[in-house]
Amino acid sequence: MLEIIVFPTILFGSLALIFGIILGYASKVFQVKTDPKIEKINEVLPGVNCGACGYPGCAGYAEAIVQNDVEINLCPPGGKAVMNQIAEIMGKVASEKEKNIASILCSSGGYVNTNFKYDYHGIENCKAVNLLSGGPNQCNYGCVFQNDCIKACIYGAISVDKTGMRIIDIEKCIGCTACAKSCPRKLIKMIPISKTINVKCSSKDKAFEARKNCGNKTPCIGCGICAKNCPYKAIVLSNNLATIDYDLCTNCGLCAKQCPTKAIIDNKKRGKALIDFKKCIGCTICAKKCPANCISGELKRMHIVDQEKCIGCEICYEKCPKQAVVMNY
Amino acid sequence: MDILSNIFVIAISAIFLNNVILTRFLGLCPYLGVSKKLDSALGMGMAVTFVITMASAITWVINMYLLGKFNMHYLQTVAFILTIASLVQFVELFIQKTVPALYRSLGVYLPLITTNCAVLGIAIININDNSSFIDSVLNGFFGGIGFTFVIILMAGLRERLDKAEVPAAMKGMPIALVTAGCMALAFLGLSGLSF
Repeated sequence: MLEIIVFPTILFGSLALIFGIILGYASKVFQVKTDPKIEKINEVLPGVNCGACGYPGCAGYAEAIVQNDVEINLCPPGGKAVMNQIAEIMGKVASEKEKNIASILCSSGGYVNTNFKYDYHGIENCKAVNLLSGGPNQCNYGCVFQNDCIKACIYGAISVDKTGMRIIDIEKCIGCTACAKSCPRKLIKMIPISKTINVKCSSKDKAFEARKNCGNKTPCIGCGICAKNCPYKAIVLSNNLATIDYDLCTNCGLCAKQCPTKAIIDNKKRGKALIDFKKCIGCTICAKKCPANCISGELKRMHIVDQEKCIGCEICYEKCPKQAVVMNY
Repeated sequence: MDILSNIFVIAISAIFLNNVILTRFLGLCPYLGVSKKLDSALGMGMAVTFVITMASAITWVINMYLLGKFNMHYLQTVAFILTIASLVQFVELFIQKTVPALYRSLGVYLPLITTNCAVLGIAIININDNSSFIDSVLNGFFGGIGFTFVIILMAGLRERLDKAEVPAAMKGMPIALVTAGCMALAFLGLSGLSF
């Protein structure tokens, strides 16, 4: 009786002990050195795995920072706080990247400003609606208002106002791109927070079609006035649609002023520039930089801003070396 | 010549006649769980083949020189599970260090094999058949090849099924099970092979 219990116990005990020793030894011998920084950075990162940095999850980004020397300012949910912590771990200098926020590039899609092809009664899901003969909108590019973007946003930054339009709260938006990925029509673009100018249309229809289909009457008709007049060549016209290159855009607002269909929206409050004659030294920098050519004045003479033509871009205000330009709102 | 024909017989028998999945019904969990994509099916198959071969060798030694000596064959299952689990752990550590690329491509499947009954099943079948050491290892290796073969076929079928028009009630797992049944029937046709 004793043999039946004691023998196997000893045998299995020693077997397990041998395996344990081998495994313990193997884990020492075959230890893969992972940089402790990766673990640290992974702890600092917010852990939402949103993918806005372009890497698969927070762990992937942490690995990329340590091993491939990737920029440390790519985490929009973490923002400045996380970036500073990573900078401390990596011993790098933190340089903040401008936050991108989501913007819906369609002015239509509300209860009153949409033209319909048919009544839709079905699954309340943008993808499903989009599949059914190009959606219920007459415009094949516009918002189909089933609010997939709202469902995708875990921060509650998108809400519907009383006219049925989706409003993005720029305070709550962290720039994670979840809504942009959820939109089957790719209407949501990430735009730097300092840029207030949007082409609020994604229609690639020709001018006549676009005008007919748009329920909000503000389609981009591809006339190219904005592209021709942009002093920074920041607007590109392709497929009857103007798109702004935000790397080149200075947010001057000239395009929004000139757009004949009001497809380009400018959300910034614009004032008029005034030159303080006491401070002005006549250096002509402002006149050279003005995109609207509204500043006149010769070298070493005081300059004057044509109040009629001034678009309130604030470029002269920023560029004046003597702070002689005042914005008058 | 004798050795070659022996290998050939073991190969045909392990891959087609006594296929682990479709004839012995072992390792059905990864067969249905990891056969959604061709890449992952191949990874799983490779990992299983590797582990079964190693496990066949080690369990044969354990059975012969440990359990046999002390007359404790009734504790076979416990001993084999202990051995296989430790082996998989060891192999994982080893691969992680020496072939990181293989480790990354096998990913989560390697530790999953610990609980794959095909590994334990083949080890026990080898012992029950009283095979020699070489035969055991060969049987393990070709059993793994048979597993890989079937799981890859299944993954290919399921990738096509995803695009096919399947009735709503049959979508997903039901149609996969029906497919698995059809495959088992087709393999039954091979059981008439004899040498």
